[in-house]
Amino acid sequence: MPFLALANIKKSFGQTQVVHDFNMAIEKGEFISFLGPSGCGKTTILRMIAGFEQPSGGTIHINGKDQTRLKPNQRNIGMVFQAYALFPNMTVFDNVAFGLKVAGQPKAEIETRVKEMLKLIHLEHLADRYPYQMSGGQQQRVALARALAPKPQVLLLDEPLSALDAKIRVSLREEIRQIQRQLGITTVFVTHDQEEALSISDRIVVMNAGRADQIGTPSDIYNRPTTRFVASFVGTLNIIEATIVDPAAGTVMIGDQTIALRESIADKTGGETISLALRPEAGSLSESAKGDTALTGKVVSANFLGSVVRTRIAVGKNTVSFDMFNSPDLVMPAPDEVVTLRFSAGDLLVIRD
Amino acid sequence: MKMSKFFAWLAIAVGVTYFFVPLLGTFEFSLRMRRGEYSLDAYGSVFSDVQFQQTFGFSMLMALFTIAFGMLLVVPTAYWVRLRLPQMRPFVEFVTLMPLVIPAIVIVFGYLRLYNSSSYIPFTGSTFGTNILLVMSYITLSLPYMYRSVDTAMRTIDVRTLTEAAEILGAKWPTILFKCIFPNVMSGVLSGAFITFAIVIGEFTMAALLNRPAFGPYLQLVGANKAYEPSALAIIAFAITWLSMGLIQLVSRFGKLTQSRP
Ligand SMILES: Nc1ncnc2c1ncn2[C@@H]1O[C@H](COP(=O)(O)OP(=O)(O)OP(=O)(O)O)[C@@H](O)[C@H]1O
Ligand SMILES: [Mg+2]
Repeated sequence: MPFLALANIKKSFGQTQVVHDFNMAIEKGEFISFLGPSGCGKTTILRMIAGFEQPSGGTIHINGKDQTRLKPNQRNIGMVFQAYALFPNMTVFDNVAFGLKVAGQPKAEIETRVKEMLKLIHLEHLADRYPYQMSGGQQQRVALARALAPKPQVLLLDEPLSALDAKIRVSLREEIRQIQRQLGITTVFVTHDQEEALSISDRIVVMNAGRADQIGTPSDIYNRPTTRFVASFVGTLNIIEATIVDPAAGTVMIGDQTIALRESIADKTGGETISLALRPEAGSLSESAKGDTALTGKVVSANFLGSVVRTRIAVGKNTVSFDMFNSPDLVMPAPDEVVTLRFSAGDLLVIRD
Repeated sequence: MKMSKFFAWLAIAVGVTYFFVPLLGTFEFSLRMRRGEYSLDAYGSVFSDVQFQQTFGFSMLMALFTIAFGMLLVVPTAYWVRLRLPQMRPFVEFVTLMPLVIPAIVIVFGYLRLYNSSSYIPFTGSTFGTNILLVMSYITLSLPYMYRSVDTAMRTIDVRTLTEAAEILGAKWPTILFKCIFPNVMSGVLSGAFITFAIVIGEFTMAALLNRPAFGPYLQLVGANKAYEPSALAIIAFAITWLSMGLIQLVSRFGKLTQSRP
């Protein structure tokens, strides 16, 4: 039995169903991210785990106990909100102590626990500050300490970093992950930032329109997307339309060029159109590049992005982007130049929706 | 540019003259009780009047009860409307604005019909009952101001998320209301309280028709029978109102200072 189990969760607001048969089994101590575009139902599922919304169908179990009908204050869950939601009238200390006071713990124990929590987030010296006297990053760390102080069974975070600026976002997400590992707390983290999800999760749930499209490790999700949506949402994957020439030999035609796939397409028929995915870092222009496959096309644009140069070339009706690492002797491809992109056939994935 | 500035100053000057000249005149007159020189005799006479002390004390007490019970009614209502019934807000706002539209005299005649000593709920049958009725009528009168100021204060905090944050930490609703919401709308509660205080202290119609010894009817009585004291009383009443206003300013500035940054 998984630690946190969501079974056939459905949710409708009035006539519109926003979550469809959502299933998820989360092990104790796992760090799970819900990744998906705006409005796909991430927050709604999180709020159902917390008890703020009642599922229209399905069950939620934590540690073997049915939580589906429990009120939020009976669930022992920690939650961090996007807008911090610290109590403005309380000091940092009192904010962190709130859950412990509500639980009626003795004063001495509260004091010890709060100090321990403040140490964990490196804010011992700000215990007497009020929320309005602190930066957003500091406030969010206090919110994390407040959520963790009562030793919750599960920690929920709803886009906790999206109100912060880029630098703090990166350092704080690492801090959250490190604290999560240290405490071994089962965590669900909601984000629409794929880099965030890829960098800190044990497993990612890619959501699309109220459904889980794919559940897997960051490397699974990135390297082996199973649906077109996952392929296009995670990373900047190229989707290339190809026409099957010979299913048995695995050859397809892109524009007027024929190439052979490594993946079997024997189940398809000749003349059928299929979608192939190619990661932008898989290709290279260099003559010496390894790779058994080549596509020739005209350069549409070449953009200098700092550590990489992103080039887009037109192959038939497709535009294919690929990245080259920047180096001082790199020659930027010129627009309209005809170039040959080399890559391994194994990097071309067949998308089966 | 220059011209518009000139007219702006002119408008202010006219306004100031309009408001302050009568006030200055009243003040000057209130100092002339002693023949031939300025003195505070009229104020002395007012403050030493037993009736002044009694009626003022009575109105103060009524004001305190009005504020206490009014806020117990208004804060949870405003909270609940914001949290659970946002679609009811226009309706609730309309209801709280009614007392501004319906004249006090209509309300009090309604009361006398409904609660007279031969009715099912004979509030006016006893002094205590009448006092309760008076407090309730004051709550009605100050409802627009109390509700507005509390609701405005609630707008500055995210009531919903704070409630959820408290809830998920295990809090039940009395804790949420009194520890997490109430302290954060204190500035609104206080400004509502001061306006209410100013209204109740000067209110005439309700107290007179319910025949209670309040400050408003006393003002009227003195005004009809004495020469210099009414002016002194008017100045005192103004001072009380201004003090309330000043306190509102102070409270709201303090409130702004402690708000959390977004
Ligand atoms: N209380 C509600 N009443 C009606 N519809 C709602 C309610 N809450 C959410 N929805 C709808 O449910 C859908 C999913 O919303 P949800 O907030 O879960 O999205 P999300 O994935 O968290 O998006 P975002 O990344 O923008 O936060 C949206 O279409 C939204 O309009
Ligand atoms: Mg959301």
